[in-house]
Amino acid sequence: MINIRNVHKCFGDLEVLKGIDLDVNKGEVLSIIGGSGSGKSTLLYCINAIENIQKGQIIVDDIDVHAKKTYQDKLRQKLGMVFQQWNSFPHLTVLENAALAPRIVKKLSREESIEVAKQELEHVGLGDKFDVYPTKMSGGQQQRLAIARALAMKPDYMLFDEITSALDPELVGEVLDTLRLLREDGMTMICVTHEIAFAREVSDQVAFFNEGIIEEMGTPEQVISNPQKETTQKFLSKVL
Amino acid sequence: MDYQFHWNIVFQKMPEMLQGAFVTLHVSVLSMLIGIVIAVLLAIVKMNHSKPFCYVAIGWIEIARNTPALFQIYMAYFGLGALGIHLSPYVAVLSALIFINAGYLAETFRGGFMSIPKTQYSASKSLGMNSFQVYRYIILPQMFRRIYHPMTNQFVWSILMSSLGILVGMGELSGETQRLQSLSFRTLEFFIVAAVMYFIITKLVLFSSSLISRKLFRGEI
Ligand SMILES: Nc1ncnc2c1ncn2[C@@H]1O[C@H](COP(=O)(O)OP(=O)(O)OP(=O)(O)O)[C@@H](O)[C@H]1O
Ligand SMILES: [Mg+2]
Repeated sequence: MINIRNVHKCFGDLEVLKGIDLDVNKGEVLSIIGGSGSGKSTLLYCINAIENIQKGQIIVDDIDVHAKKTYQDKLRQKLGMVFQQWNSFPHLTVLENAALAPRIVKKLSREESIEVAKQELEHVGLGDKFDVYPTKMSGGQQQRLAIARALAMKPDYMLFDEITSALDPELVGEVLDTLRLLREDGMTMICVTHEIAFAREVSDQVAFFNEGIIEEMGTPEQVISNPQKETTQKFLSKVL
Repeated sequence: MDYQFHWNIVFQKMPEMLQGAFVTLHVSVLSMLIGIVIAVLLAIVKMNHSKPFCYVAIGWIEIARNTPALFQIYMAYFGLGALGIHLSPYVAVLSALIFINAGYLAETFRGGFMSIPKTQYSASKSLGMNSFQVYRYIILPQMFRRIYHPMTNQFVWSILMSSLGILVGMGELSGETQRLQSLSFRTLEFFIVAAVMYFIITKLVLFSSSLISRKLFRGEI
């Protein structure tokens, strides 16, 4: 379970998150929508402790992410993350990309790490690409590799940051299908997304971010189909 | 043109020529090894912007890259000599080459490092790697691929530039050639053979370097 309490985040003088409260239960899918610069990515980075916070608390399975005593490298094993730009490791093959962290971080044997990597790659439909270098693949394939690479660590949560928005339109579908698959597997996910139709389809909750606060939050029916706030209505009318 | 070529004397002196070639290789390899170590330090210091050291690094890099190698060698040999610090020709040339290699390679390393997107770091971190692992498995291997060929070129440059040792009486290939031709007056023959030897050495270096790179980097990038 992820509990976010009154989180504030500043970059210098710029306050990007102005008191965020959120709860994500095991097995739930939360989608975060909102305009550019509203702080969606920043929140994901804070959950993953890639960015620190100035005020408030983020608790992941009873671990206070930003507490001094927290071993953040260890905590990140619970939290898989996929970024907008596919960050394949270009000097490693597809299989090595997915097998590296299980081997060096989780200390699995070479065979075990290759085993989980193969499983996850097959799961996302890259079973025929093991020995290919990622730069030879399409953006959609690289993005699926990023998902498999994160899944190979067997995380309890997955954080997705607009993972389809840098893709050519015809490649978006295959990546969204992979997310649907994860949802069926019962993975707990936080998806920052501009794919409103997708958010409505898969989410248990939707949060609409506006300038560092959660303007509106609820089920997809509430937030996407019947938005109450004017800012939400305006945003949705622009993107739908 | 009725120049009579006499090659015999050159072949008689081959052992001495080869000895000279060995010194050439020796000084350039050493100047690379030490140069690389210093270059890493210079690059780190320059990227850290920590004040006094940063200026030293910038000064070093700028002087090394923007003044002639001949000048560096003269400074090390005659310049320091005038100050009462007498270096042997070998040490003077070696120091000058180290100075220049460190300056050039520092920029190569810095550029290689900066060319790795920051997102590679966050992506690795998000997989639970600690900072050491991120550098060891992700950043440095990619950086190494980008600096490998510039490093080879710098090595070739060092081999060729060490020929300036001739000016301070160093016994590397050119200096040796100079000495031998002045004893026999077969100037053209000796210098032709020396040129061929330089050519063979640099070609061998480039060839082995590309063999090694194919082994190390396999098919990618
Ligand atoms: N490392 C940083 N340093 C300074 N400012 C930053 C940094 N990262 C983000 N910001 C600023 O924080 C604000 C929120 O950025 P964030 O990336 O979280 O927005 P976002 O909601 O993800 O937007 P988008 O939909 O464009 O991805 C922006 O104004 C951005 O310029
Ligand atoms: Mg963003």
